Amino acid sequence: MKTIQIISALALVFFTAASCESDDSEVLLDPLADLTKVQTFKANDHSIEIYAAQQQFTIGYNELFIRIKEDATDAYIPNVQLSWSPVMHMTSKEHSCPKSEIVTTSDANIAKGYIVFQMPGNADEYWDLKLDYTIENESFTVTERIEVQSPPDGKKTINTFMGTDNARYILAMMPFNPEVKVNDFSAMLFKMETMMSFPAVENYKINLDPRMPSMGNHSSPNNEDLSYKANARMYSGKLSLTMTGYWKLNLKLENATGDLLKGEDITDTNESSSLFFEIEF
Amino acid sequence: MKTEIDDRFGCMLRLGLKNKTMFLGLLCLLFCGSQPFAQEQRVPITQEQRVPITQDSILPVFLNEVIVIASYKNTLNHHQQHKPLSTLDEYLEASKKVSMMKRGAYAWEPMINDMTSERLSITIDGMRIFGACTDKMDPITSYVDVSNLSDVQVAGGQQGAQHGSTIGGAIDMRLEKSNFKPIGWIGAFESGFEGNNQAKIIGGELNYSNDQFYVDTDFIYRDAENYVAGGGEEVNFSQYEKYNISTNAGYTFGDDKKLLATFIFDEAKDVGYPALPMDVSLARAFIGSVTWQQAQFMGNFTDWESKLYANSITHIMDDSKRPDVPIRMDMPGWSDTYGYYSQTKLDLEKHSFLFKVDGFYNRSLAEMTMYPNNPGEREMFMLTWPDVRTLNTAFYGEDVIKLKNSSLKIGTRLAYQGFHVADDFGLNSLRIFYPEITQRQNRFLKSISSLYSTQFKETSVTAGLSYGDRAPSVSEGFGFYLFNSFDNHDYIGDPNLRNEKAMEGNFKVSVPFKKLSINLEANYFHTVDYIIGVVRPNLSVMTIGADGVKIYENLDYANLYNLSLDGRYKVLPELALTGLVSYHRGQDQNGGNLPFMSPLTYSSGLQYSKGTFSGALTMRGAADQVNFNPAYGEDKTAAYTVFSASFGKSFSLQNDAVYVKAGVENIFDQNYSTYTDWKNIPRMGRNVFMTVSYTIQ
Repeated sequence: MKTIQIISALALVFFTAASCESDDSEVLLDPLADLTKVQTFKANDHSIEIYAAQQQFTIGYNELFIRIKEDATDAYIPNVQLSWSPVMHMTSKEHSCPKSEIVTTSDANIAKGYIVFQMPGNADEYWDLKLDYTIENESFTVTERIEVQSPPDGKKTINTFMGTDNARYILAMMPFNPEVKVNDFSAMLFKMETMMSFPAVENYKINLDPRMPSMGNHSSPNNEDLSYKANARMYSGKLSLTMTGYWKLNLKLENATGDLLKGEDITDTNESSSLFFEIEF
Repeated sequence: MKTEIDDRFGCMLRLGLKNKTMFLGLLCLLFCGSQPFAQEQRVPITQEQRVPITQDSILPVFLNEVIVIASYKNTLNHHQQHKPLSTLDEYLEASKKVSMMKRGAYAWEPMINDMTSERLSITIDGMRIFGACTDKMDPITSYVDVSNLSDVQVAGGQQGAQHGSTIGGAIDMRLEKSNFKPIGWIGAFESGFEGNNQAKIIGGELNYSNDQFYVDTDFIYRDAENYVAGGGEEVNFSQYEKYNISTNAGYTFGDDKKLLATFIFDEAKDVGYPALPMDVSLARAFIGSVTWQQAQFMGNFTDWESKLYANSITHIMDDSKRPDVPIRMDMPGWSDTYGYYSQTKLDLEKHSFLFKVDGFYNRSLAEMTMYPNNPGEREMFMLTWPDVRTLNTAFYGEDVIKLKNSSLKIGTRLAYQGFHVADDFGLNSLRIFYPEITQRQNRFLKSISSLYSTQFKETSVTAGLSYGDRAPSVSEGFGFYLFNSFDNHDYIGDPNLRNEKAMEGNFKVSVPFKKLSINLEANYFHTVDYIIGVVRPNLSVMTIGADGVKIYENLDYANLYNLSLDGRYKVLPELALTGLVSYHRGQDQNGGNLPFMSPLTYSSGLQYSKGTFSGALTMRGAADQVNFNPAYGEDKTAAYTVFSASFGKSFSLQNDAVYVKAGVENIFDQNYSTYTDWKNIPRMGRNVFMTVSYTIQ
């Protein structure tokens, strides 16, 4: 009898331990685990945590995750309605940048969206980010200064330019992990309608010509120019990389009717386009 | 052994004397007891070996060319040998069937019927070995030396299918073994010097053999500086240094059961390749095998021999000594092979069968790392051989059928060959070009050959028809931006290449008159799906300064034929005159010339041998290369004729046998290059050489 008791006690301990373990692993499935908390806004008795894949706000494409904690209870608030407005305060003027809506993810506590910063802040010029949010029909707002920096490797992942149609465009490379293979490669294109409005541009075409300036401007075969994919709302193509190292991804932008808006062909006499991204791996 | 000699052509005697003193000292250290020296009677170099079908057969079949390597202990019997301590490359070049492609003074690449390694089966004692260099700077022949070898068997076309699938033929380098001769301890020491490139060669061997057990060890060291072309121009980056140590041992269990083991270590350092943009800092091979031999096998089967072997090659290219390169790079390569074979013979009334199963597993990996001139940039890395694993399993069978006054030999090889690209990085690299390729592929290879020999009085006639195919080589199938400096193109392999298939016909007549013997030999290859690099103008070059990119493709077909006529005339019993003329042609389906096809070549020699003295005067040359193809980087190679002379004398010194041989090559210091010289690099100018061999009697 005693033996049975001991065995059942042990079994109970075992099962409890096992079930605790599985509980733990569910908790560990944190969607923010691989991200960095780049800033926490403190306002309205809330802590608004902003997470990014990069170590900091960086020029180019930033996918950002936001969750709001009630400071009193230390609990995260689900299904918050959020909108944002990034503004660059330059010495002479102010402008915004391309950004998405903010939507709630499959985790109701976490919302996400993206911002494409086209320039870094400096000693005299800075970005701030205004967040408007609604919790149970109560509206809040907060504005905090943020530090936007150039990427640590200094590689160009965003282009701001005037097209031959006299419109201003912003072209941002989607982050990806380059490898020696045929990579999926995407970019986002926005038009600067006003200082504050940057709608996405659809159905243009982006020609891709990757080159290695250190290897006599070696190029790779079987690249695919970027075309607009409506479901992803971005331009996608294929990028072949034949070796590791520094690659200059020369680009040409054409509008829907095939007019060249920006960029040049690479020839023996012209080694690079004025429209390009850079990667190094 | 550094010998200070300022005058390239002088001081030979002084050197000889210096060496003698050294030898004697070393010999005393090496050998405590002196034993009688084995005198093996061998045929002179490049003489056709008459291979009897069976012992009681009267009909010879002219099969292979046998190149006898005159190592120390048989040098004394080889007064005809032009230069006893010459490199294996020079031995092969002196043969009739083999020509050598040169990228410098070291590691020449053998060709048979104007075909190179991917179309040949090159083996050491039947062992498959594959070079580790993507640019063919390390042919297998560079990993052995004359100290290891007793002879080299050369067979054309499908007659060479015994050890592997082939199109052009086979080279099997057979290791020298004491082979249970009851001769006890043997020692020899030998040294040579060549004036032109100050090549210093020392070698030695120490063997013990009785009827139960033997162990052979040998050693050779070569060190050469830059050579000087005809006219006095120094060819920079033509130096080399190498050494080779080998040992082999055998134990007999009675009843003719033998266990044999061999091991070779070969290392070359600081090897210059003047015709290439890079040199080699290290080329190293470990080659080992264990063999079981049994005279009687099951039933009527005899001569059972089974071998397990493994070899590992490391090859490291180096450009650190080159003053101007567009970009610095490292290009190491590795090739490891594991294999086996088991063969047995069966003699039935009129049939002599040989059955063999064999297989190998090879791993070929090569990488390239380039260092940008801008130090802030990251290094650039690619896999040039994407860790390709080749598995080959094959059956070989042959039957020599005795007929009335003639014989028929039929042979077949059936092989399965699988490729597996083991490295995902490499597989993804190739998928840039071939998005659909799979990680594994299988091929089935087949060969069938027939050779008929007959005799009309003294004249013997041999004729054969064969079919064989081969899989693409690792470079042809999986190479990734391999730079070929000859045609200045980057090469990319194609995993989807079809097997190359060759129909072959060959014919030979030998007419022995009283004092004159004449051989006429011809062969023809109709090769379907001939694999060769074809320019793809839309691809961007990788190598800085390259003219374009080629991808290996299957041509519809290519035709090659080779003709040769050679003769030997005995003017006097001690004086012989020999001559050889050969002509080769290779064209693709459109009549375009294939690269590296020999123009008309000729050679002639006068050999004198009497008593302890021997002398030779030789001449060789070629006509203008008219059938060249600029698309493969070729230009017209001009005609040339060069003369060489040598003499040898053997005598005894304090009861030891001494053999001295000296000579001059390229007597008139002609500046020339041949069709096989990579980028027309000039050959060696006048070269005075001398070798001294000591054998303890």
